[in-house]
Amino acid sequence: MAQLIQQLINGVSIGSVYALMAVGYSLVYSIMNFSNFAHGGVIMVGSYLGFYLLKAAKLPFPTALAGAALGAALLAVIVERIAYRPLRTRSAPFLYFIISAMGASMFIENFVVATIGPTFKTYPAVFSRMPFEIGPLYVGRIDVLIFVTAAVCLIGLVYFIDRTKLGKAVQATSFNQRAASLMGVNTGLVVTLVFAIGGLLAGVAGVLFGMKYTVYPQMGGITIKSFIAAVFGGLGSLPGAVIGSLLLGVIETMVSGYFSSNYRDLISFTLLIAVLVFRPIGLMGKVTEEKA
Amino acid sequence: MNWFYIKGILILCGINLTAVLGLSLLTGFTGLFSFGHAGFMAVGGYAAVWAGLRMGLPFPVALLAGGLVAGIVSLPIGRLTLNLKGDYFCIATLGFGEAIRLVLDNVQTFGGARGWAGIPVTTTLFNVTLAAALGTFVMVRLVHSRHGRNMIAIREEELAARTVGINALKYKMMSLFISAVYAGVAGGLQAYYLGFLQPKMFSMTRSTELTIMVIFGGIGSISGTVLGSILLTALPELLRAFALWRLVVYGASVIFIMISRPEGLMGGKEISIAWFRRLLRPVGVGGAGGSGGAGGAGAGGRGVRQ
Repeated sequence: MAQLIQQLINGVSIGSVYALMAVGYSLVYSIMNFSNFAHGGVIMVGSYLGFYLLKAAKLPFPTALAGAALGAALLAVIVERIAYRPLRTRSAPFLYFIISAMGASMFIENFVVATIGPTFKTYPAVFSRMPFEIGPLYVGRIDVLIFVTAAVCLIGLVYFIDRTKLGKAVQATSFNQRAASLMGVNTGLVVTLVFAIGGLLAGVAGVLFGMKYTVYPQMGGITIKSFIAAVFGGLGSLPGAVIGSLLLGVIETMVSGYFSSNYRDLISFTLLIAVLVFRPIGLMGKVTEEKA
Repeated sequence: MNWFYIKGILILCGINLTAVLGLSLLTGFTGLFSFGHAGFMAVGGYAAVWAGLRMGLPFPVALLAGGLVAGIVSLPIGRLTLNLKGDYFCIATLGFGEAIRLVLDNVQTFGGARGWAGIPVTTTLFNVTLAAALGTFVMVRLVHSRHGRNMIAIREEELAARTVGINALKYKMMSLFISAVYAGVAGGLQAYYLGFLQPKMFSMTRSTELTIMVIFGGIGSISGTVLGSILLTALPELLRAFALWRLVVYGASVIFIMISRPEGLMGGKEISIAWFRRLLRPVGVGGAGGSGGAGGAGAGGRGVRQ
């Protein structure tokens, strides 16, 4: 029983990082209707920024986290401007966006390899590595930090989307871009905003992930997990992305803990396929019908 | 730049061309985008090596067996995913491609993640060229057949195609099957060229590379596909002097192509003998005379038969 709860805690911890990534991903999908494969690159750059702000600039942790998030947001907006905006104005089919995103991802990843180098880097110890002991359970300080930070970010996002005027504009644009723009919503601005939010969350996720594990140029590949989580929860749905991420995190740690970590990724992809085959709209996705 | 090195690049061009031709049918002519074709290459590669080494089949038969196994694997996958809408199909193929790789990682008979070494190097420039040329010929014939036109109809407007009585699912399955066979043969060629198989070779990056080649060459153009796959295989090699910056340039050029010339190199046009003739013929009088003459001859022929 204690082991089960222990695995559950680990699962929720990694699931919260997935959630931060998946929400940014899903948000972009809900507006632009394509999978932003460059999201992984943004996460990775956020992670490197956090690393250097902590290690080289010796900033306190909250400042470094904010700095990394802002840097990542800036990068996401730049990617949107260069790689997607020209396609959007031409209303190109979704595939061109995906290919462009792949190109951007390749560019960012290899740019980091070429400038910083391909080696793994370890975050400086910001917090004590000693876990909290609660009865027979061990809860890492970093896991608590991850969970709390992710929760704060996600609550902030929900508040923004639900309660502010700009959030309403985002909702309207995601519902029907054309109608929203006819009603006076500046959809170009909304797109930039959505990429900025996705970038902010990606930066935070990158720092948290880097602190828990390590930083390396290929770490953007982890977004494939958040992608699975987003599909699992229902592409384009924010609560779906969060629930999907937490479930995926828990399932992964359970598989690693009780079977073998060799099967972890295989199970994740099998889950992805099963969801797509049996319930493509995911847990909470909206049903869309193709119009004749 | 010795001959051995150039020969290596040419063989890689041939292998990629074989795989990309198949994907071109699926993406360029049927309008379905796959991010999992490296998975079919893996299946074909492992099956071809199995058939050649464990069952002792001769090389060409082993290659075909690899292609056939990849095709057969594609059938249930197609049945499950081809009803999904555009981007969801894309994601599903991505999932299947990765799943195939991860399964191979865990199958110890094939060497698992460590790979399968000691495959005799049988692929030569001659048989790669032969395979690629044969593949191109078959593909050109297929695209111009009734079946090819049905696929193009589905790409253009699936609903309309179904309305006029085209069995969309059947043709999509056929397109996926043929493209998987091509990928499988390419996987076999690659395995017998490198003498080594490892699931890591068939990652999502490899699938993306293949799709990028199709797009770069131009959707719906076989000559574009041929040009695209040869150029994009050779280009990174020419940039090898820049080592680290090579892939940075590659990524940037992919974005550049997407935003500046999204129809690709050929943009749906074909290079054919007629195209060369048009190119060489002087503009104006000569051209009009030529076509007029041909028309006259045609009319004359009809007259005789009546």
